[in-house]
Amino acid sequence: MESLSNTIHAVPLNHYILLSAIIFSIGVIGVLIRRNAIVIFMSVELMLNAVNLLLTAFSVYRGDATGQVFVFFIMALAAAEVAIGLAIIVMIYRNTNSIDINVLNRLKW
Amino acid sequence: MSTFYFIAFLSIFFSILVITAKNPVHSILYLILTFFTFTIHYILLNAQFLAIVNFIVYMGAILVLFLYTLMLINLNKDSEPVKPFMVKVAGVFGGGILAVALTSSLKLVAASNPVVLQDPNLGLVKNLGKVLFNEFLLPFEVSSVLLLSAMVGAVLLATKDPKTAA
Repeated sequence: MESLSNTIHAVPLNHYILLSAIIFSIGVIGVLIRRNAIVIFMSVELMLNAVNLLLTAFSVYRGDATGQVFVFFIMALAAAEVAIGLAIIVMIYRNTNSIDINVLNRLKW
Repeated sequence: MSTFYFIAFLSIFFSILVITAKNPVHSILYLILTFFTFTIHYILLNAQFLAIVNFIVYMGAILVLFLYTLMLINLNKDSEPVKPFMVKVAGVFGGGILAVALTSSLKLVAASNPVVLQDPNLGLVKNLGKVLFNEFLLPFEVSSVLLLSAMVGAVLLATKDPKTAA
């Protein structure tokens, strides 16, 4: 374990922030450019995971375990969110025979 | 040190593949690879409990749920809708602006200290369990109610209404 934790000694905190920001932006782009509801959902998962990684990095940086507990709660929340979201997608597919989100624009009014 | 940069490159590469793959099944498989690189990140940060939970919950439960749903709704190729090209360009432009804004705001911060693990026991189950069941006991119990209500809601939403189905 010593050699493993030695490998992160030289990585600055900024690079973790940079990595998380890039992956979060990729998630945002995925939400914007796709019309398949499931792929949009996967992009949201990508954003959640970027935040998780950043929280863990900050937790290790500060030597405080609270950040990792937060990540644990976010994972529980993500599991609940995926269950509900996929149930909604299945219901939409049953009603409209498609998972194109543009079909849902009738929800606007 | 170079391990981090290699794994970070793989994370970004696979997450770009997730949003660009045409076939949704390929997207899910790339998402599994992305989450695997995140597990390696957690191990490098010595957050062993989170690494295991990420491995089991995300790669085991959530992505299998995604695959099952995709299998249930039986997508074929021609049903995959495509956004107009200009909308895609605008989306990539907007996301790129967000990335530039986030990273350039980092430039204002002075060169940061390296991430050093002060306490090797920080991410282990023993230490996290003590924090979780002392300071965060109430949120932990409330999250069980959240999971229960999510389960009830999912069953309620996904089952057919017997009155309308007939």
